[in-house]
Order: sequence, then structure tokens, then C-alpha cells
Amino acid sequence: MRERLRNPENLERLRQKLQKERDPNKRRITVCAGTGCGAYGCGEIISALKKELKKRKLQQDVEIKVTGCHGFCERGPLLVINPQKLFYQKVQVEDVPEILSETIEKGNVIDRLLYVNPVTGEKIVHEDEVPFYKLQERIIFGSNGSIDPTSIEDYIAIGGYRALAKAFFDMSPEEIIESVKRSGLRGRGGGGFPTGLKWESCRKAPGEPRYVICNADEGDPGAYMDRSLLEGNPHSVLEGMVIGAYAIGSNQGHVFVRKEYPLAVQNLRIALQQAEEYGLLGEGILGTGFDFSVRINRGGGAFVCGESSALMASLEGQPGEPRAKHIHTVISGLYDKPTNLNNVETWANVPLIIDKGDQWYAQLGTEGSKGTKIFSLVGKVNNTGLVEVPMGITLREIVYDIGGGIPGGKKFKAVQTGGPSGGCIPESLLDLPVDFDRLTEVGSMMGSGGMIVMDEGNCMVDVAKYFINFLRDESCGKCTSCREGTQRMYEILDDITEGRGKRGDVELLEELGWVVAEASLCALGGTAPNPVLSTIQYFRDEYEAHIKEKRCPAGVCKALIQYTIDSELCTACGRCRKACPSDAISGAKKVPHKIDQEKCIKCGMCVESCKFDAVKVQ
Amino acid sequence: MEIDVSKVDEVIDSFSGDLSQLIGILQDIQANLNYLPREALVRVSERLEIPISQVFGVATFFKAFSLTPRGRHQINVCLGTACHVRGGARILGKLERDLKIEAGGTTEDLRFTLESVRCLGCCSLGPVVVIDNDTYGRLNQEKVAKLLDQYE
Ligand SMILES: Cc1cc2nc3c(=O)[nH]c(=O)nc-3n(C[C@H](O)[C@H](O)[C@H](O)COP(=O)(O)O)c2cc1C
Ligand code: SF4
Ligand code: SF4
Ligand code: SF4
Ligand code: FES
Ligand code: FES
Repeated sequence: MRERLRNPENLERLRQKLQKERDPNKRRITVCAGTGCGAYGCGEIISALKKELKKRKLQQDVEIKVTGCHGFCERGPLLVINPQKLFYQKVQVEDVPEILSETIEKGNVIDRLLYVNPVTGEKIVHEDEVPFYKLQERIIFGSNGSIDPTSIEDYIAIGGYRALAKAFFDMSPEEIIESVKRSGLRGRGGGGFPTGLKWESCRKAPGEPRYVICNADEGDPGAYMDRSLLEGNPHSVLEGMVIGAYAIGSNQGHVFVRKEYPLAVQNLRIALQQAEEYGLLGEGILGTGFDFSVRINRGGGAFVCGESSALMASLEGQPGEPRAKHIHTVISGLYDKPTNLNNVETWANVPLIIDKGDQWYAQLGTEGSKGTKIFSLVGKVNNTGLVEVPMGITLREIVYDIGGGIPGGKKFKAVQTGGPSGGCIPESLLDLPVDFDRLTEVGSMMGSGGMIVMDEGNCMVDVAKYFINFLRDESCGKCTSCREGTQRMYEILDDITEGRGKRGDVELLEELGWVVAEASLCALGGTAPNPVLSTIQYFRDEYEAHIKEKRCPAGVCKALIQYTIDSELCTACGRCRKACPSDAISGAKKVPHKIDQEKCIKCGMCVESCKFDAVKVQ
Repeated sequence: MEIDVSKVDEVIDSFSGDLSQLIGILQDIQANLNYLPREALVRVSERLEIPISQVFGVATFFKAFSLTPRGRHQINVCLGTACHVRGGARILGKLERDLKIEAGGTTEDLRFTLESVRCLGCCSLGPVVVIDNDTYGRLNQEKVAKLLDQYE
């Protein structure tokens, strides 16, 4: 039973009680149950742990804490054993009995479950010594690893809702807005608009009611930090929203969540209910006269619906098409009322700014970009996962020091940031400090935080084509320039990758890109050419190789490559022959195999199946 | 097709007939009936008191909705950026060849519907495939082919 909290003192008393109950020295096994670790079977591990504890009559002494994503999903399923902070990775169900008998009962470390630093070969025992974590500044994302997202008590125990109490009782709405302005917080959804200014415009806009919305549509394909925040720490987002609503003067909030995120919806729903039970949400919050309720709305899976006016159209039950922004949505948004939209991560920053103060916050980051940013470091990098770093850190530090470099001894080629609105950044710019303005200067964008690393095996023309194809598909079709322009650019890129490229194609792409950017209504069209233009800018030679030499240097574009078998390396094992779906490979015992180019459909099965690296792509 | 209108009503009631939840309502109806039959859309328009054209507009705007019957199992192959650079297209190609359908298609025996999606939100596991509610990561062509047996 949760008793309503009627004032800040009630909340503090509850917190003290909860903290007392939570002995930091208690033996605890923390299991990540985020979507990544879930895919690797952490559910079975949790059941096995519970069963084993019971068998050994240890249920009372050892607690199992099921948390959201810790960020290092690459190594899942992850287990952290407290109080020692032992870090076990890639844990399997079969390991569970040994973890209990060796580590829990005898205190021994199980060597094979430790993380090995791929660079130095050194085994790492404790969570905070893992290089992936050590160089991060996890002020927003850090709590994910220690709290159970379905327990508001866990959140309150670590200081949750203290900022809300402070905002409601020690600050006026104007002071909150001033504080957020001073903090320098800029929107994490892509545009980087100053959050405090947005709140101020919305507060001052005439008309009632006002709406507050959380954008959890997370459309950038390759980014998942919003998902992990909502799944792993929903109250931090919620607390931010309540503070924002109070500052802006809104009584109704919405969270617009992608349909692909069922666990986020589930955990958020639980969070809403628990917050309401404590009176931290709903009517008369914390005994004041302020009411605020939040509804969850599911998205339909269209990228453009992440755009503010399109998102609001979908909330009104209309197809999600953007509208002209002569009038900004803070003045006339949902149901033509003043509406303040912020991204999940933006909201999660708010409690921290209020609790620790804007001065503290503004120390982090660079002149124009304050605080930290969570990136989804994925693609061709050793340590993939979610990383939270202070603004201003260099790309090199992220890719090499945190990410551990490129796997398989391959050569780094580019890092793509900003999703479909962003660009590809080459090796020569790896020392670029990462912040909103510097990324824009080099032709990319901060975007929502996707950071996709590419190596020599990725073709930049193919990547450009990939993004234009995505945008062509996702264009709502309202503006001719965006609809036809992305289509035409796609066709040109397709021709180039199919070996039909002509002289002048690159220049045509540049010209089209300019038109699409200038003549389109919303930012989808406005930024659509970025991936193409930035790859032309930094990787023009790859375009030239495709067009003039009909060659794909990375060995990706099917029409321009051939699979062959190196007879020196081939051991005639026959695996590729069996794997080939179109009988293109011939050979016999002890006879090196051969590929019939006429029959080959270039599926790549032979490369995958060969254990001797004998199949070559040219 | 004859549909069970009460199922449609149940879903609408669970959202208290709230128009801002139209996408959620259509998703749950689709989850219940496997696709969105015309009759269901008509019922939604009656109950929410909005024109049928608006319901169709929304149902056809979003790729997640299907106006034709789907297979018993839904295979979603991720072609998000992170999965793309790790060979997601080859995984899709393998499934297309094995199931003898193209992305967007349903097998004749209605066993599988194969679709490509842009990012499933577990990019560090790429390439990723989701079958019904099960997520599979770190796949290659050989591994993905073996997954299908468990889905009848
Ligand atoms: C095509 C398009 C897609 C977008 N998708 C998202 C998204 O998925 N999530 C998001 O937070 N913002 C997205 N945005 C940005 C939003 O329009 C908006 O600027 C943002 O949610 C505002 O919040 P912020 O100020 O906290 O960043 C998108 C913008 C465009 C043009
Ligand atoms: S720029 Fe593209 S996505 Fe945006 S409104 Fe125009 S057509 Fe639609
Ligand atoms: S690429 Fe595919 S079709 Fe061509 S030889 Fe290899 S396995 Fe056979
Ligand atoms: S799998 Fe490799 S080693 Fe074996 S026959 Fe094919 S090319 Fe030769
Ligand atoms: S899901 Fe476990 S670390 Fe991300
Ligand atoms: S890109 Fe495939 S899961 Fe995100």
C-alpha cells in the first residue's frame, strides 16, 4: 500500500525509511533485463538464479535486482555482484549454479565470465574498471544499472522526486524556467533548440489548456537511448515532465512511444500508476493545488511522426503529416493549443538541473552545448552499446577509448552521426570535439545520438543510397521537392551502385540536394541530402571508382563485385559448396573449389561458411 | 468476412473511446484479428464518430497496419543503419529465398509474413530479427535459417 505524500516532509521521511531498508553492503546480484540482454536469454538466468538461491536457502541473504539496460549490451547478459561490484558478462544459464557456489558462497571470482579488454588482453574484475564505463560520465544513464524500473521506491531512495519537491516549494515557475535557461540545456531530439526558451514561449503563449508532450518516437534507425531510458528509468523522464508542466502551466501530458517498444510502454504504465498512488502525479501533486496527468500514446511506426507537428497530428487521430510552421507548435500545437514537445532524454536532464543546480550542470560540456549526451555506439566497433559522455569529448575518444576500436583488425572508415539527417565523418576529423555546433560545421548533425561506426568493408555510396532510400520511403509526400527529389536522388545512387553511373552524376546529386534542402516544408526534406552531400564531400574517390572504373572498393555493391576462391587457401572442405543456394560452386575432395560467375547470385553464403578465409570479394 | 464486432468494441472500450489513442486502438484490433478488416474500420468510425475516410487515412498512412490477412508468425528483419552496416540485407535475402516470398509478403500456407523494419531498438546486437515477440541478435544467414523451425 502506498500512502499519498502530502508535502515535501512526507517525501523525505519516506526516502529516509527506504534508504534505511536498503543496506548497501547487502549481497545483491544485479541482472540486466533490458531488451538487449533479454534477447540473449536473461529471463532464464533470472529464473535459474531464483531457483538456486532457494535451493541453497539464500533467498533472505542475497537479493536479486532486475534492472534496465546498463549500456554494454554487446556483452549481455550482464550480471553485477554487489557489494564487490564484480562484473560478469555473456553469462549463460549453465553458469548460474557455479556463480552461487563459487562467487556467492565462497567469494571466488569466476575467471571465464570476466571481461577481457580487447586492446590489452587484461582481465577486468570490477564494473567500474571496464574501460567502456570508466571514461563515461553517466549522470543521466547511470542509475539504470542500480534501480528496478518497476519500483518507484528504488527511484525515491536514490533521490528521486527531490527535484520536483524543490521546484514546487522553493521555486516559482519563472525561476524554474530561468534555471533551465541558465543551465544551457538544449533539446536532445535532434534540433538542439534551447529548452528553457521553448518553455518560456509556451508559458507565455495565449490559450488554455496547454499541453506537454514527451517525444519517444525514436525514429533514428540505429539509436536506442530513449528506449533504454524509458525502460530502465521511467520516473526520471516523468519527474522532468511534471516539473516542466508546472513551469509551463500545463495539466495534461502525453508520451508518444514507438510501437516497437512494448517494454517501454509497460514500464511507463507501471511508473504512472505508482507515481499517482504517492500523489506525485494526478490531482493535487504533493499536497499543492497543481494537477497533472499523463497519457501514453503509441505511434504507428512512421519516421516523420517524430517531427513535432506530424506527431501532434497523429495524436489528434489524423495521418501524421507535418504542417507549415509559420506558427510554431509552442503557440499552436495539439488541438491548436500551446504545446511544448521535448525529447525523452531532454526531460530526463531536467530533474538533475533542478536538484544539483544549473551552475553545476553548466560546468559540464562546451560553451554552446552543456551537459552530457547519450550515444548509441554501434556498427563496426568492438564495444557496442549506449555511452553517455560529456559534450566536447572527441570522436576518437568515443570510438577508440570507449568503443575499443574496430574489430577484426579492419581499418576505420567513417562514423555516421545524426541519423538520416546527419552525415558521415572521415578519419581526418576524428579529433573533432562532439557538440551540436561542431558536428553541424562538418556537414553532419548531433541528431538524437546515433553513432554508427563503419570500416573499410562499408561502401559510402551504398550508405548514402541507404539513407536516401529510407527518406524516400518515409517522406510523407506532401512537398514535391522532398517526394520527387529524394526519389530522383535514389535513382541516381542506384544507377551508380549498379554500374550505370555516368559522368556528371555527382554534380547532379549536389544540385538536387540543394533544391531538396531549400524547398521542403519540414526538416525531413530539409536535411535529407546531408548523408549524400557529406559522403560526396569526404569520399568522392569512392563515387569516382564506382562511376569511372565500375568498381566498388569496399566490395559491397553486388553488381560491381565478384566472389572468387583463392586456390592457395582453399582446403576443399566443401562447406561453401553445400551452402551455396544456386549451385555455383564446383569442386571435389582435395580439389580447390571454383565459383561459376554465371550462376552466382552474390548472396555471400560462401564467405560466411568458409573457415579458411579462402573466398574473396573483389 | 464476418468479424466479431464485440472484439472491436472491447478494444475501443479499453481506450475509453479516446480519439488520441486511434493508433493504439487500430494496433490492438490488428493484434486481435490479425489484420484490419474493412468491417472493423467501419465499426471504429461509428464508435469514435469520425468519418470512415479518416480511419482509412490513418490505417493506410502507417506501414504497421495491414488491410489484408497476415501469416501466423510475423518475421521482422531489421534494416536500420546499425544492422545495415552489419549485413542486414543479406539476412533478409536469405529469408526471401528460403520462404520464397519477398519482403512484405505472406507465405501461401499463411505460416509467415516477412517484413523489413527500420531499427528495433537493440542495435548493438545487429543484425537483428524479431519473430513474433522473440528477439534474435548476432545473426548470420546460417543461424537465421535455423530459427524458423520453432514456429509452426
Ligand atoms: C523527420 C523528423 C523526425 C524526428 N524524429 C524525432 C524523434 O524520433 N524523437 C525526437 O525526440 N525528436 C524527433 N524529431 C525532432 C522533433 O521534431 C522535435 O524537435 C523534438 O522532439 C523536440 O524536442 P527537444 O527540443 O527536446 O529536442 C524529428 C524531427 C524530424 C523533422
Ligand atoms: S519535407 Fe518531406 S516529409 Fe516533410 S512535409 Fe515535406 S514531403 Fe513531408
Ligand atoms: S555468393 Fe552465394 S551464390 Fe555466389 S558462390 Fe557464394 S554462395 Fe554461391
Ligand atoms: S569453404 Fe572455403 S576452404 Fe572450404 S571449399 Fe569452400 S572455399 Fe574452400
Ligand atoms: S540490455 Fe543489458 S546492457 Fe543493454
Ligand atoms: S539498427 Fe537494427 S536494431 Fe537498431
